[in-house]
Amino acid sequence: MLQVNGLSKSFGGVAAISDVTLAFPTGSLTAIIGPNGAGKSTFFNLISGGLIPDTGEVLLDGKNLVGRNRAEIIAAGVGRAFQIAKIFPSLTVEETLLGAIGAHQGHSANLWHRFPLPQTRDNVGRVADMLGLTDKMQVLSANLSHGDHKLLDIALALVLEPRVLLLDEPTAGMGPDERWRMIDRVYQLWETEKTTLVFIEHDMDIVFKIAPSIRVLCYGRVLAEGTPDEIRNSPQVIDAYLGTDHGAHAT
Amino acid sequence: MSKPTAHTNRAADTPSRPPIGRASLQRDIIIAGVAVAALILLRVIWPSPAITDFTIRVAAYAIFATSLNLLVGYAGMVSFGHGMFFGFGAYCFGLVMQRLALPIPIAILITITATAALALVVGAICIRLKDIYFSFITLAFQMLIYSLIVAWVPLTGGDQGLQGGIPRPSFLGINLATPLHLYIFAIVMLALSLLVMRHIAESSFGYTLRMIRDNMERASFLGINVYLVRLIAFMVAGVFASLGGVVMALFVSGAYPEFSNWTMSGEGIFMIMMGGISTFIGPTAGAIILSLLNDVVTRRTEHHGLALGIVILVFALGLKKGVTDFAADWWRASGDSKGGKQAAEARP
Repeated sequence: MLQVNGLSKSFGGVAAISDVTLAFPTGSLTAIIGPNGAGKSTFFNLISGGLIPDTGEVLLDGKNLVGRNRAEIIAAGVGRAFQIAKIFPSLTVEETLLGAIGAHQGHSANLWHRFPLPQTRDNVGRVADMLGLTDKMQVLSANLSHGDHKLLDIALALVLEPRVLLLDEPTAGMGPDERWRMIDRVYQLWETEKTTLVFIEHDMDIVFKIAPSIRVLCYGRVLAEGTPDEIRNSPQVIDAYLGTDHGAHAT
Repeated sequence: MSKPTAHTNRAADTPSRPPIGRASLQRDIIIAGVAVAALILLRVIWPSPAITDFTIRVAAYAIFATSLNLLVGYAGMVSFGHGMFFGFGAYCFGLVMQRLALPIPIAILITITATAALALVVGAICIRLKDIYFSFITLAFQMLIYSLIVAWVPLTGGDQGLQGGIPRPSFLGINLATPLHLYIFAIVMLALSLLVMRHIAESSFGYTLRMIRDNMERASFLGINVYLVRLIAFMVAGVFASLGGVVMALFVSGAYPEFSNWTMSGEGIFMIMMGGISTFIGPTAGAIILSLLNDVVTRRTEHHGLALGIVILVFALGLKKGVTDFAADWWRASGDSKGGKQAAEARP
């Protein structure tokens, strides 16, 4: 279980995240929503070691991750994919995945053996298959479509065998059809991998359809948490974020 | 010169690449062995002193340029101060031979160790910086080393260089005072250095370097210790640059401050630009081209700086790639049209 207690982070006096306390039970699927600038990406950065919190603790199965370096946090089991997919343009999909697995197994400074090491091959096929990248293994990352970029970014996080997977807007920049295909994959992934999965999403239709549990952030604070129905009918959330549209939709 | 982008340009032309893992160590050893044999044969058939000297000099430069390309081409670390290790290697080796009278292999080992220590200290400071800031601090350290060499006259001979010649005692029946033995020694040093650097470039570590070059931030989110990997790269490159310096010191039987001057680093950059940074052999090709140009042009005109400058401008602004980059593109293009199918079938 991922437990965040009293997490705060300010940038030059502006509180991006203030006193956030949230729990994500093991194996849960949670959506984080909120208006632009609510601190959603900052929240992910604080958990994954991208930023250091001012105060508060991040507990993964009881162990505090705050104050550890990025590599230790990843080794503890926090994986993340980025809003703008970040990958390695000059490597093929296969090389990228093999490189990531190599790093995960501690071979990134191995000068003695040729790349790829045999033992890094085991997991590649499975992960590529799960994300539909099997046909594109020999394609250079630079030539991938936007959607495949995002999938490869998720695959990169996945080969590190995370216990908690943080996806920052997996459907960002996609058309309506592509969004649903993407989110179906994410959902399947959650079902098969049984990891704790937290994703940031702006498309309310997607959120209300697939996330059993939702957290709403607003101006760096937790505005509401609950099931889709509870969120949809929460007066604060309607006021601050959804507008009356979705409330009417529900009734 | 900014961060190398040749790989992204190239990526746009070619949608796919052959599968990885083809470049085996055995294949590389065979290629290196054949090349050494061919060069020795060439010397036997055609024992011209000019060619012997030229080859020894190119061997020293090729080791140096290839080591620089480990940083520039593979790791995206554009060092402007790589010459400091070439010069340090030459002086260290020369001084050990002059003052301690040890066998040559031992002196080489001492040089490697001392250079590794220097690269550890310099690298630990430099690699905290990125991009152009990294380039400039490496340049600063190089000028420091250069100034030390020039100023520390009792030890280094100052701007006269290391005087009195470097003793070259025989070891294992090899007498480096004879041109033939020195020729073979230089070729073997080149082949061994290239083999080891090739192996490192194709190792897991080599691919980590590529990942860091492409996207340092993402690499660190894979749990890669970016600092450590960059430091090791800096040390490995420094050590091989010093071996280039050793070959050069043996050849000229001395060491000069110019080995460690910024012009040396600049020549290294020119070599890898002309030869190409996207192939392993590119810097070696660049070392041959620049040495040829140097020799031919200086013989014909006093304004050799002007002529070289024009050639370098053509490469930097006009072609934007080195010769082996073009060769690799051509090879890949012809492979895609003819052998694409076989390559796909041969995939495991």
